[in-house]
Amino acid sequence: MGNLTFGVTMLVCGMGGTIVVLWLMSLVMALLGKLFPEKPAKKEA
Amino acid sequence: MVDAIMNGLGGLTVGFQMLAVDWRNTVMILVGFVLLYLGIKKDCEPLLLVPIGFGCILVNIPLSDVMSQEGFIKSLYNAGIVTELFPLLIFIGIGAMTDFGPVLAQPSTFLLGAAGQFGIFLTLLLALALGFPQLDAVSIGIIGACDGPTAIYVTSKYAPHLLGAVSVAAYSYMSLVPILQPPIMRLLTTKKEREIVMKSVAKPVSKTTKMLFPLVITILGGIIAPKGLPLLGTIMLGNLMRESGVVSRLTKASENEIANIVTLFLGLTIGATMVGSAFIRTETLIILALGFLAICLDTVCGVLFGKLMSVATGGKVNPLIGAAGISAFPMAARVVQREGAKWNKKSYLLMHAMGANAGGQIGSVVAAAVMLSVLAGMGIIR
Repeated sequence: MGNLTFGVTMLVCGMGGTIVVLWLMSLVMALLGKLFPEKPAKKEA
Repeated sequence: MVDAIMNGLGGLTVGFQMLAVDWRNTVMILVGFVLLYLGIKKDCEPLLLVPIGFGCILVNIPLSDVMSQEGFIKSLYNAGIVTELFPLLIFIGIGAMTDFGPVLAQPSTFLLGAAGQFGIFLTLLLALALGFPQLDAVSIGIIGACDGPTAIYVTSKYAPHLLGAVSVAAYSYMSLVPILQPPIMRLLTTKKEREIVMKSVAKPVSKTTKMLFPLVITILGGIIAPKGLPLLGTIMLGNLMRESGVVSRLTKASENEIANIVTLFLGLTIGATMVGSAFIRTETLIILALGFLAICLDTVCGVLFGKLMSVATGGKVNPLIGAAGISAFPMAARVVQREGAKWNKKSYLLMHAMGANAGGQIGSVVAAAVMLSVLAGMGIIR
């Protein structure tokens, strides 16, 4: 494989893959935050 | 008897003769002193630069056998670098030390952590253009992860002959983040942008979310990029131990004793790879220059992405926080806070920047993991 093909593939798949993975992670984290919100502390009677 | 005495004395002077034979050892001993000076006097990553500098001196003393097959540093090298164990153990400590709360409170800052990894891939392209072999270029690019253990992990696996140069570049430039970043931040932003006040991140994060975070990231990241699972898995294991709160002894051991011992061994072994004959080459200077460029490019891309977010949100995001999307945690976040406060006293960017910085921490590991899996996919590594 030539250096140009290799470099462009790494840029597209590597950087693209990193963005996609982190975007997916951010979506999952946002979902988790909604599914398990911080409960307000119970007031003492 | 006189001959025997003369021969005996000759044995004591042979080291000096060898110093004269190969000037590169003398130069590297001086390099060791420079690293010690930076660590001790200038407080630049002293935990690493002191053992690296000393290891460099040890290995360059003529007739030194510390890196011979039975040498004590060679034993450490075989045990921790060849097996990739040292960087992974450090990662458990990093996970145990890092609070990912700010990024969980604002998951969108994960994307700033992605933007801060552009430097890796742009530098890889440059290294290829300069004629470096493909796996060498990958190891040089990974300096842009701004993350010592990640750089060591990848380089020790695929370009061990570059380990000294790559590690020294990664750790030295990381410690220079407070000097390197502000001019780039100022150059790429307008005064109006730098003065933007961001709303405070008051959203609390539940303990359940904090505990599920490392598990979800490990499984999701591991499925997509299995080649980087050791990196991702160890940092997340450390974080799970921290957030679960039930193994405080293990958490403390990971962030203190284990991390400290491994840091010492790691520094010493890396320093010992800096043998004059292998280190003093034009190639090393190019690697150091490319590493510098990689970290600058990370900041450039991070700030530009911050500008994009600022436009997309109608000016609610201060683009300076983009500079924190690198792995130098929490140093980059502090730089952003300081720079923001310099332009607007009412601006408090620290928590936003911490989110981006934590995203950068994960981002650098994810970038390395993705990179390795892409390489495996192309059949370049197994």
